This record gives sequence, structure tokens and C-alpha cells, in this order.
Amino acid sequence: MLLKISTTYSPATDLGYLLHKHPERMQSFGLPFGQAHVFYPEARVENCTAALLLDVDPIGLVRRPHGQFAENFALAQYVSDRPYVASSFLSVAIARVFSSALSGKCKDRPQLAETVIPLKAELSILPCRGGEKLLRRLFEPLGYTVTAEQHSLDPHFPDWGQSRYWTVTLENTCRLSELLTHLYVLMPVLDDEKHYWVGEAEIEKLLKHGNDWLAEHPEQESIARRYLKHQRRLTREALAQLREEDIQETDEATQAQEETEVEGQIGLNQLRLAAVTEALKQSGAKRVLDLGCGEGKLLRKLLPEKQFEEIVGMDVSHRALRIAQERLHYDRLPEKEKKRLHLFQGSLGYQDKRLAGYDAAAVIEVIEHLDLPRLATFERVLFEFACPRLIVVTTPNIEYNVKFENLQAGNFRHKDHRFEWTRDEFESWAVDVAKRFGYTVVFHPIGPEDENVGPPTQMAVFTRKIDK
Amino acid sequence: MQSSPDRTARKYEKIRIPDPALVLLVGPSGSGKSTFAHKHFKPTEILSSDFCRGIVSDDETDQSATNDAFEVLHFIAAKRLAAGKLTVIDATNVQVEARKPLLALAREYHYLTVAIVFNMPAKLCQERNEARPDRNFKPHVVRQQSQQLRRSLRNLRREGFRNFLYVMSTTEDVEAVQVERQPLWVNRTDEHGPFDIIGDIHGCFDELVELLKELGYEISTQPDGETVVEPPQGRKAIFVGDYVDRGPKVPEVLRLVMRMQKTGAAICVPGNHDTKLVRALRGRNVNPTHGLAESLSQLEKESTEFKTEIAEFLEDLVSHYVLDDGKLVVAHAGMKAELQGRASGRVREFALYGETTGETDEFGLPIRVNWADEYRGTATVVYGHTPVTQPHWVNRTINIDTGCVFGGELTALRYPEKELVSVPAHQTYYQPAKPLLSEPNELSPIKTQPSDDILNIDDVLGKRVISTRLHHNVTIREENTITALEVMSRFAVNPKWLIYLPPTMSPTETTNRSGLLEHPTEAFTYYRKQGVSKVVWEEKHMGSRAVLIVCRDPETAKKRFGVADDTIGICYTRTGRRFFEDTTIETELLKRVKEAIDNVNYWETLNTDWLCLDCELMPWSVKAQELLRQQYAPVGVSARVALREAVTSLETAAERGINVNSMLNDYRHRAEAVTEYVKAYQQYCWQVQSITDLKLAPFHLLATEGTVYFDKDHLWHMETLSKLCQNSEDNLLFATSYGRVDVTDDASQTEAIQRWEELTEQGAEGMVIKPLNFIVQSKRGLVQPAVKCRGREYLRIIYGPEYTLPRNLERLRSRGLSHKRSLALREFALGVEALERFIHREPLSHVHECIFGILSLESEAVDPRL
Repeated sequence: MLLKISTTYSPATDLGYLLHKHPERMQSFGLPFGQAHVFYPEARVENCTAALLLDVDPIGLVRRPHGQFAENFALAQYVSDRPYVASSFLSVAIARVFSSALSGKCKDRPQLAETVIPLKAELSILPCRGGEKLLRRLFEPLGYTVTAEQHSLDPHFPDWGQSRYWTVTLENTCRLSELLTHLYVLMPVLDDEKHYWVGEAEIEKLLKHGNDWLAEHPEQESIARRYLKHQRRLTREALAQLREEDIQETDEATQAQEETEVEGQIGLNQLRLAAVTEALKQSGAKRVLDLGCGEGKLLRKLLPEKQFEEIVGMDVSHRALRIAQERLHYDRLPEKEKKRLHLFQGSLGYQDKRLAGYDAAAVIEVIEHLDLPRLATFERVLFEFACPRLIVVTTPNIEYNVKFENLQAGNFRHKDHRFEWTRDEFESWAVDVAKRFGYTVVFHPIGPEDENVGPPTQMAVFTRKIDK
Repeated sequence: MQSSPDRTARKYEKIRIPDPALVLLVGPSGSGKSTFAHKHFKPTEILSSDFCRGIVSDDETDQSATNDAFEVLHFIAAKRLAAGKLTVIDATNVQVEARKPLLALAREYHYLTVAIVFNMPAKLCQERNEARPDRNFKPHVVRQQSQQLRRSLRNLRREGFRNFLYVMSTTEDVEAVQVERQPLWVNRTDEHGPFDIIGDIHGCFDELVELLKELGYEISTQPDGETVVEPPQGRKAIFVGDYVDRGPKVPEVLRLVMRMQKTGAAICVPGNHDTKLVRALRGRNVNPTHGLAESLSQLEKESTEFKTEIAEFLEDLVSHYVLDDGKLVVAHAGMKAELQGRASGRVREFALYGETTGETDEFGLPIRVNWADEYRGTATVVYGHTPVTQPHWVNRTINIDTGCVFGGELTALRYPEKELVSVPAHQTYYQPAKPLLSEPNELSPIKTQPSDDILNIDDVLGKRVISTRLHHNVTIREENTITALEVMSRFAVNPKWLIYLPPTMSPTETTNRSGLLEHPTEAFTYYRKQGVSKVVWEEKHMGSRAVLIVCRDPETAKKRFGVADDTIGICYTRTGRRFFEDTTIETELLKRVKEAIDNVNYWETLNTDWLCLDCELMPWSVKAQELLRQQYAPVGVSARVALREAVTSLETAAERGINVNSMLNDYRHRAEAVTEYVKAYQQYCWQVQSITDLKLAPFHLLATEGTVYFDKDHLWHMETLSKLCQNSEDNLLFATSYGRVDVTDDASQTEAIQRWEELTEQGAEGMVIKPLNFIVQSKRGLVQPAVKCRGREYLRIIYGPEYTLPRNLERLRSRGLSHKRSLALREFALGVEALERFIHREPLSHVHECIFGILSLESEAVDPRL
């Protein structure tokens, strides 16, 4: 990875003083993950260019004994872009190699460090998640002229498309310390990745380096969010401190804003959960199953309802169950509540005696994740073997998809959806299942019903005809 | 029954106890129970209350721990009884409340109970206790226990120690007595057959004789008119009962069967009709329905002696038998796993009638509980009782009553061959209560749709131990089944198609040759060390592993695999996912492979309607599109640009006299390495517009109907498949180059190494080197079925573009293969096991168990670059 910094300030070779690196020598510095070299391809009075060449050792990264980096998938690979791109590794290298320049100190030319000079930074490969648009939105408000060239993935295979890498030139008239600080913060933000653990300490770093400019930056939120690796609590704290506001106040404000951001979705989801909860309550069920409970959104709605004496959440993903357990604060529930709630891993592709003998089962937004040919197994597992008195099934109504602006025509609502059904398709499936397994079925719309395309979500409520 | 000791104390030479049984030692403290126990039983067979007190309280005499101690004792006893172990309870057991839970346990696990009573004088017990430092009972304790014992003595028999009650009153008696264990009568595990197991006869004498002849039994008639049957060498007949009622020749059948049993030519178990006849013969009041009237009228002409003989024969029949080291169970109406080899009224009832709900259906017949659907035992259970038109395997059980007397057939199952042999009924002798239906499943009063069609979560989740033919028991850890369940449920194809998954493959040991990590020499050395001299090499294609099942027609897919979606097969990946999201490509691919099979006519020569092939499907980019776009291509482009820029800057610096020469040199090498890396992955990618752009290279013919080809060597596989490839009309099928190597011959090895060099220079991934034989066991166990030896350029996409730089290569040489190799063996054993189970028509759950096991093992953490 190569970062070049040039100036046309006269004498340009004063850059050597500012960086505290002699223009006529190559110098190398050891780093925990490799080596950094500084040399000057050009050092004339009119123009001077310093190069910071960073060697990240890919094998060292994988073979690091105690897995300091192991959590990150990209780093656990030998075939990794990390040695070649501008990332948090380069930020660390800047802080180590150009530490005095970064903090705006210069022993030999203290005046110069305080002076704005024409500067140019060239990054050979900068990964930009968010593309050129974000790149410009991050640097242009700070006064930079941005030149960017995107690289295609492989010229031999044009249909593979573009890569997320850009060769970038940034020009500005500013202090060197400002340029370095901006790079230090914004490179990992564009890469949207960090090679080390991000915790509280990272807030301080962000505030320290963003001291002069971040508070006014229009993208401060996305900068903070990405810099802090999308950890909400950290982001909130950082933004609050940045705006020197009372934390409490900001907290509420941020929350409100988060909600509006996803209002559309959450609104529908809430409607769905409310409809299902209502159907379960109406049936008089006491012992209920939430099959495919995911992270426990429905369970959270069911828990306060004392009508339900036993609530079971099952999911095929062990990870989702762990999150559900955390979200429901399972470990802190009083003993009596704990006894009401059971979470276990299971699959709707296997008959399971743990599911027998319940009053009702909710299968919310689950069937569309099953391959169509395997639906037959699901039907028998649920309707023949588990056979609760009441079964509530919801699934998207594909007709409604035209109403979603963000959804490309022909796409499903979620990448993992194996199918989405029209109202007719869902209803004929449900009627057939009810007939075969001895249930009656009624349908309910969920969400705003459109005259032509119906509601966004459809719900079928099956009731067993005979007592078993 | 087996012994009948007297209620009062007497001298025994021998105490006979059935094995297994629950044995209670009964007597006050100090009466000598523990000493006796240790003299006659294994330490692990004895459960002592003192010991359990110690376990829960660190003090064997702590009476306050008694309740906890007995909870532990009962818990352990239950585990031992469930496992079928003889268990001795060394506690005073003098109170009826103490014996009650133990008797309940025995009932629950269908155990016979034995009481050995130590009715010693209280004074003697007291003296013994006083002599022991750890016993400081007050005298009244022992006195009380002696009284309780005396009160108990009267009731022990009634309580449940009817048949095995032994009371000893003197030290001499105790010392002199011997303990003899008798296996239960149901236990005939030392008989190994081979057997011919014959279904319900119901007086169909003529059909029985025909069937026996068909099975190769010699049948002759003695001058006195008696029929004598001589079995073929070493074989024996087993009758599943219901010899009588309904049919025309009940006395003849009985005469034949009794004689065969007497001469050792047959083993007999009773049927419900037989026990009912006994009661009639013994003069009980029995309703002569369901064909009993026919039996009685036919027997009227017979002598009283014969009738007595019949009654005795039938009365002595044992409920069921466990044979062949526990691998075979025969019972009239079947036998649940937990009742096999046990003796109790419930066991006998189950053997005669099966399990019923207690309700009757519209024809007045009892509604049966479908025990076979839930059967998870390891023994094969052969039974009759309920007529079916076709015997049908369900979870290692088979009902062979094909309703001869109702005009069906009389059927025998040859064991261990598992072949069915039938003769048709001469006529319908009796009208069934239910109309006969043509569909086999409907005929059976048992619930129609077999539930072994749907897998059970209990068969896959949690820690599993799977026994395999090749590699003993393979243990699957619970945390790995958790991952596998998700993979299986969310991504895998219909489990009915998953009859095989290929094992992971280890590379050769790391070579020390300069610039290389792998070289064929190490593979040859490995096999030589394992005692394998003949190996084969096969070109390793860089594509994606694909397992193909191709059926002759959709009908076969439906009949043999139970998949009724009108396809003729499937193509799935090594993790059981469908290879193509686009089903039209899959359909076309299968069609073309089928045509190639048509052309070489393997349907006829291999006598099959389906084939299972192990293949590599190219190009790699079909399946690896995501990886290429997310990882390989990005690394290529970023490395190319970054290194190019670095070289340019270094050159500029060098031009103005800065000493960067060694770095510049290094960066130039690195830039070259990256160019090679991009070339390496590009070779394995090409545009796929249609099926004609695909290449399928089969290298194992895994299985066809009834056969696996693990006994054929790899040359056979390659020849058989290359014939198939030559007959593929459109070059879809692609023959793999291969060769034979003698690893004890230098010239032969050199030649193969040359080929490896050529192939890898031309861009091949490398070679796979396999022992000539598919499966090789050495003294140390199973040998790796294959090792891969990858080319220098290919490894760039594994170890990174710049792995060939000496400073990188040196570090990469240290890599541990042992985990990978052990994984490869376990997965190989499971894959072979799965296919073998499938071709032996074992139930879906047994095949799936192995497949699920492989998927679970795949989630074990092992270096993914190996």
C-alpha cells in the first residue's frame, strides 16, 4: 500500500522537516503487523513528494498465535486485500511513522506546521464502501478537490463488474496535520472495517482527531457510526460528546430518529406481531409455540400476556436463539417467568416430539425461507405430528411488492426467500393443507390493504377440526 | 417356571438366578449381605446403600443421608436395568416400603426379580456390627430390622418374588451355597443361523410344504405317514406363530412344526391364535370365533395324547427370541427395542398382540399403535400377525404375514440374506374381517403413511456415536450437530437424495523442495509407509465437487428415492446443496448424462435403474462466483495496482539516486507473483451461457441398485467411466487422465512426477493420488483413501499471491495435517456407510444419520487451506 504526499510550497523540500523524515534517505520502521518505509521519489524545491510504503505481512496476520485478529474473516485468509489497500493499518502506520506531523508539531519549522500550504495526497488503492458519492461527501466539505478512478474487478471478465477500489487524489490547501488527520479518520471510515477491537477507547480517538472539524462535518453521523464499527451505544455517546449535548437528551433524539429511519418496516412488523398475538389470545390458547422465533420479537410480545402459561421459541439458528435469550433478558427473569419460557434449537424439517401437545403455534414469516419441494415435510411435521389446535401462518404477499420503492421489480423482499406467494397461491395452498390434515382455515390481511394488490402481509389461521 | 424354592429356610446347593435379573439381598445389618455379594457378583453389579450414602455425604453410616442415597441408588439401578444388566441391591431391604420402588423398577424394565434372604439370628448380626469400628448402631436397630424381616418373610412371595426366593438361616448355608446364572429363555444370541423365517401359517399345510421345498428343505414321508423335514446344510426354520385356526389342515401343520422343533430343524414362537387354542384344549371357556371352531373340529378326530402333546408344545413356547448376537429378533406381533430379551407378562402380551390403543375400528378390530414407525433399535425384527399384501421394511422391522389363509401368500424371509421367498395360496380359505385392499399400506390396519418418511430430530441432534463398517464408531460432537442442523434445514436438498457425501481430502505432507509446498514424492512415500505399493494418480480438476444421481426415468426416482417431482435425478455439492439454482440447467445436465448411460447401456450391464457418480464439475466459476467477486478478483486488482504504483515510485526514487534497490527488486518479484496469481484463478473461470460450456468429470462410480463399487479398484472406476465419457455426445462428460504408479519402483515414480510437472505447468490444479484399491486397511487402521498434491501456481489462490517468496514459504511449511487426515478418514467411513446402508435398503433415518454426521464433521475447525 502506497500513500504519497506532495507539496508545491516553496521550498517544497521543507516537507522533510514537516514529516521529520530526511528526503535523501530511505527509512524503515517496524510495526506490529509488518513494516513501513518512507522515501521521497521527488525532492525538488518546486515539488516534493514523500511516499509511505506499507508492507502488511499477510502470513503474520493469519498465523498470529493468540488470534488477536482472528475474529475478522478477511484477516484469517491468506488471500486477502489487506496488504494492498488503504485501511486502518495505514492509519496506524501514519500515527506511528508521522506522529509529530499528525499532531501538528515540528521542531525545526514550528511556524510552517501552523501554515496552510498546497498539499496533495495520492492513495494507490482506497476501498470505498459507499462509492465515489460517499468519498466526495466525506472529503469535499473539508475543502478537498477529489479525483477518483474506479477499478474493474477483472478486465478479462467484464461482466463481473466494478471493484470497490479507487485510486484517489486529494488536493487541498491546508496544514499537513489536517491532511494526515483527515486521512487517519476517513480511510477506515471508507473501508468500513477495522483490524482491531473497537471499544470505548475508540471514541476518545475519534474525538481527539476530529476535534477541529468533525462537529461541523455534515456526515458526522455516518463517520462516527462507521468509525465505531456500527456499535450503536458507542456512536450515540460519541455524537453526544461531539455536540456537547446532554447525553440523555441526545439519547432520546437518536432513538426517535432511528425509529423514523426504519419506520416503514417496523410499522409493518409491529402490525404483524400484534395481529398474531391477537389471534393467539382470541383462541384461548395457554401453551403456545413460536416456530422460527428468530431473535424473539414475537416472544417479547407474548411474555407479558399472562394468558400464556407456557411459551416455546424454536429456531434452526443457534445464534438467533442466543440473541433472543439476550434480548428477552432470560437470565434475569424471575424463576416463575423462566419456567414459562423455553427456547430450543429445532428444525421444521424433522418431526419432533418436543412440539407435541401445544394449544397453538405461530409460524411467522417462515415458510418463504423453505425450498418449495420441502414444504411437504414442513406440512407433516406441523399439521400431522405436532398438530396444535391452532396454527397461525404469515407470509409476504408478492403482489404488494410493486408498492415498495426500494425493491427492484422481480426481486423478493429478502435474499433468503425461496418464494413469495400471491394471495391466490397462499390461499389455495392453505385450503389444501387444511383439507388434508383436518383443519379449517380463515385468512386475514395485515398492514394497509391496497385495492388492487392487497395487503403487504397475509395471514392464515388454521383451526383443528377434531380433538385429539 | 425355572425354580421353586420353599418359603421356609432350607439348605441350597445352588441358587439359580436368571440373567439379567434384579437381585435384592434382604437381611438386617450385619447379616452378611455385602460379604456374600462380593463373593458371587462383580463389584460393578452391586449397588450398595452404604456406598451411595458415602457418595452423597462422605460418610457411609450417615443415616440423615439415607433419602438422598436411595435416590442415587434407584437412579443408577434404573440405568443398569435399561441397559439390560444384572443388578444386585445390597441394602437391608427388610421393609416393604424399601422393596416397593425396586419392584416397580423391575416391572418398568420387564425384569425378573430375585430375593436372597439372610435370616440370621439377631444376636449374630449384633456381634458382627460391634466388631466393626464403623458401625455404632444401638442394639435395638438390628432387633427392629430382624422383626421387620420376619414380618416380611410371609409376604415376599406375594410381593413379587414368586419364582426366585431363597432364604438362608445359618452361616454354613451362606458359605456353602453356589450361585448359578441362567440366561433367559428368550436369549438365543449364540444361534447365528442362517435362518428361514416363515410367516403365519394358519393351517395352510400344502403351502407350507411348498414353501419349505422352495427354500431347499428336503421333505419325505415316513412309513407311518409322518412328514420328515431335512433343512439345507446349516439352515434352520423359524416360525413366527399362528400355526392354527381358519385354515384347512391344522393338525398336519402342528405335527410338522412340532417335529421340526423336536429335531432341531425349527425354532417356534407362539401366536395369539395358538395360545387361545391351548386354553380351549385345557377346557377353558373360550369363544370359538376367528377360526378357532375350524381348529377344534379338525382336532376332534385326533387322539387325546396328541391333543395333550399339542397343548404342552404350545404352552412351552417362549414369547420371542433374540438371536444372532442380538442382531435378530423374532416375535409374532413384533417387539419394541426396550422389551427385547426381557421377560414379563407385558413382554409376552406385546409378542402375541402387539400394542393396541384399547379401541376398535369400524370392523371391530383393535386399533394398533404403530411401534415399527418409532422403532430405533439396532436388531432386525421379523414378525407377522397382521396380514399385508407386500412385506415392507420399516426401520429394520418387517412384517412377513402375507395372508396365505386369506388367499394371499405364505412368505419366508431368508436371514441374513434378507431375501423374500413366497408361494401363493391355493385358495381363499377364510374371508377376512376387513376387505383386502390392493395397496400394501392400506391393507395394514397400521396407519397408512409411513412416518419413517419424515426424519426425526432425535436421530440427529445431540452427541451421536455412529457405528461404521470401516472405521468403528465415529463420534459426532453436539456443538457440531447444531451447525449441521442449520445447514441441513436451510440449504440442503431433500434428504431422500442425500445418500452420499464425499469426504474432505488431505494434501500430501509438506515438501522441502525449494519453491514448493507440495510434491508427489511425499504422497508416494506416505503410501509406501502404509504398505501400499500400487497407487494411481488422477488429474485433479479445478472445479467444484458434484455428486450426481441419475435415474432411468422419473418412476425410478419416485420408487427408489421417494422423490416424486418428475425429475430423473439430482446434482448436489459436497455439502448437500443443489448445485444449480437454475433447474433447467440441472434437468438438461441429467438428461445428457442419462443419454450417455443409454449409449453404453449400463442400465443392462450393471443391472440397475439408477447410478450414483462422484464428479468434478467445471468451471470453478459456476459455483464460486461469489468467492471470485468478493475475494479472489478484489485481491487481484488491488494487489496489481498497489504493487505497480509502488514499483513506479521506487523506480523514480532510484533514478534520483536514493538507495532503494533491494526493495525495488523485492517489489518487482511481488508484482510478478501477483500477475501469476491472477493468471492462476483466471484459468479456472469461463463464461457459462448454457450447458455446453460445462464440463463434468466423473471419477467414481459409487453405486447402482443393490451394489456399491468400493470393492473395485480405481483403474476399474476410471475405465468404466471413461467408456461413459467417450459415449457422451456433446463433450459434456470429460475423461480424466490417470496412471498407475508402483511406489517401490523409481522409474515408475519419476514418470508420474513428470506428468505432475507437465499437468501443473499447463494449469491443472494438480493430482490426486489414491491407493489402487478403493478401501485399504493397514495394521494401523484405515489408510487415507486419497491425498491431493497441488501445483505451485494453483496454491497461490490458497496461500495468497506472494506465498512463493522465500520468507513466506518458509513459514507456511509448518502446517499440521493430522487433524485433517483424521477428519478425512471419519468422513470417508461415514460416506461409505451411508451408501451401503442405502443399497441395503435401510430406513432413511439410518442413511441420514451418516450424512448428517459428515455435515457435522465439516463444521469442525480445521485449517481450510489444507
